[in-house]
Amino acid sequence: MAMLQTSTEPNTQSVSQHDIAVSTRNVSKNYGEVEALKDLTLEFPRGQLTSLLGPSGCGKTTLLKIIAGLLEPTSGEVEVDGKAITGPGPDRAFVFQDFALLPWASVIRNVAFGLELRGVAKSEREAIAEKYIKDVGLGGFEGSFPHELSGGMRQRVGLARALSVDADVLLMDEPFSAVDEQTRRKFQEDLLSLVANENKTFIFVTHSIEEAVYVSDQIAILLPRPSRVSDIIRPTGLREKDMLTIRRDPEYLDIVDEIWASLRSYVE
Amino acid sequence: MKVFGIRLPGMSSLLIWGLLWEIFGRAEISFFVPPLSEVFATLFEIFGSAAFQKALYETAYAFFSGVFFAVAIGIPVGIMMGKNRLLDELLLPWVNIFLSAPLTALVPVLMVLFGFGMKSIIITTTLFGIWIIILNARAGVMQINRSLVEMATSFGASSWDAFSKVYFWAALPEILGGVRIGVIRAVKGVIIGQLLISIAGFGALFELYSANFLMSHFWAVLIVLFGMAFTISELLAYMERRVSYYAAKR
Repeated sequence: MAMLQTSTEPNTQSVSQHDIAVSTRNVSKNYGEVEALKDLTLEFPRGQLTSLLGPSGCGKTTLLKIIAGLLEPTSGEVEVDGKAITGPGPDRAFVFQDFALLPWASVIRNVAFGLELRGVAKSEREAIAEKYIKDVGLGGFEGSFPHELSGGMRQRVGLARALSVDADVLLMDEPFSAVDEQTRRKFQEDLLSLVANENKTFIFVTHSIEEAVYVSDQIAILLPRPSRVSDIIRPTGLREKDMLTIRRDPEYLDIVDEIWASLRSYVE
Repeated sequence: MKVFGIRLPGMSSLLIWGLLWEIFGRAEISFFVPPLSEVFATLFEIFGSAAFQKALYETAYAFFSGVFFAVAIGIPVGIMMGKNRLLDELLLPWVNIFLSAPLTALVPVLMVLFGFGMKSIIITTTLFGIWIIILNARAGVMQINRSLVEMATSFGASSWDAFSKVYFWAALPEILGGVRIGVIRAVKGVIIGQLLISIAGFGALFELYSANFLMSHFWAVLIVLFGMAFTISELLAYMERRVSYYAAKR
């Protein structure tokens, strides 16, 4: 671990340089007898992307939904900007694995839907939506309907909707798992620029080791039965690299191997 | 459909059945089946008459009021049953009982409760149509994609917003299907109501014509009734097709 610069010592050091946007304190979630999450404490530095990575059944989506306020923890609490949350709030926006677009609404109405629910006037919210539709590269598709778009374009709509409410924290639940491989690579590159350009905190759930290492500032590895954080890895040198060469960087390859070594015994 | 390479317009089969009816009638096989041409002649003859106009008005009034209440009560109740487990457990047995119950047997009870007038006829019409509307709205809400609900919740939707902007639209294809079947059932309801409760509207005409063996009159009224039900049902089917583009992808 030490050779990967992932030991806890440099970890705590670099975290202290940033302030913490989101933290979970001793969060547990039980479904009847089943412990989905047990006593989970994690910190998410501001302006960075943290991945929650782990085999299926490790509770990563459950944790993300608790942070979103969609699920209530059995015990423990989640703090955003130092304040405990009680439910969903305008400080967080969610990007869904299956896009969660309104199939009866046009792209522009879908993108503006978050603002519509917050009571923003129609002309104002459509102006904002138009800007983000262009930003995600869907200019000209404002009047299209979700069933007319490809999977990748639909997720861009989902992303534009989350961006348009201008939340500080973006919660992404396996956002690229339902799109094809080439689209996913493009998304991952776009996500890197997004993290660099937007001053937002990203919490990103994935089951892909390569994806987590490629996009993350910090990777929290979750293990099942009982669910817990087994390790926190902070790739140090990848951010400065050109996004096209990261995948052959020795650090990238080492971290991917290391994570796989720690996870493989948990995969059925 | 294509026959010998010629595209036939929709409902061409009606022409064949109409022709068979005409032949059957002209052959004078049964007194109860006059030729179709005679039925139509009678229809034009009685259409302008005061008795027919009054019957049409009474029937249309009872029918549309009954359907209005079935829709206005049925859809929200169905949506709420789909959203709320407790309400669902409470109401579902009753909805199922009434859906399959012989409602005609209930009409005398309604007469005792609500009198012999229009009110009872409207309630009968509503009772015939409402149950399938409730069940379909409920089914539409229960198959809603969970992440759409989570999406609305995560963006801070109030419960009214969730109802009017997500649940209603997500369930709309099923709701329209339910309304279409409910409307057809309500046609039965209004005629049974008019026959059993007070001899009014088309019910009265059926009674009058069949009692006096005016068979072409009888069939003429039946055709008008069929035409009404068919038009409304087709209109709703058209609306269903308008939303079908997203029915498969929710």
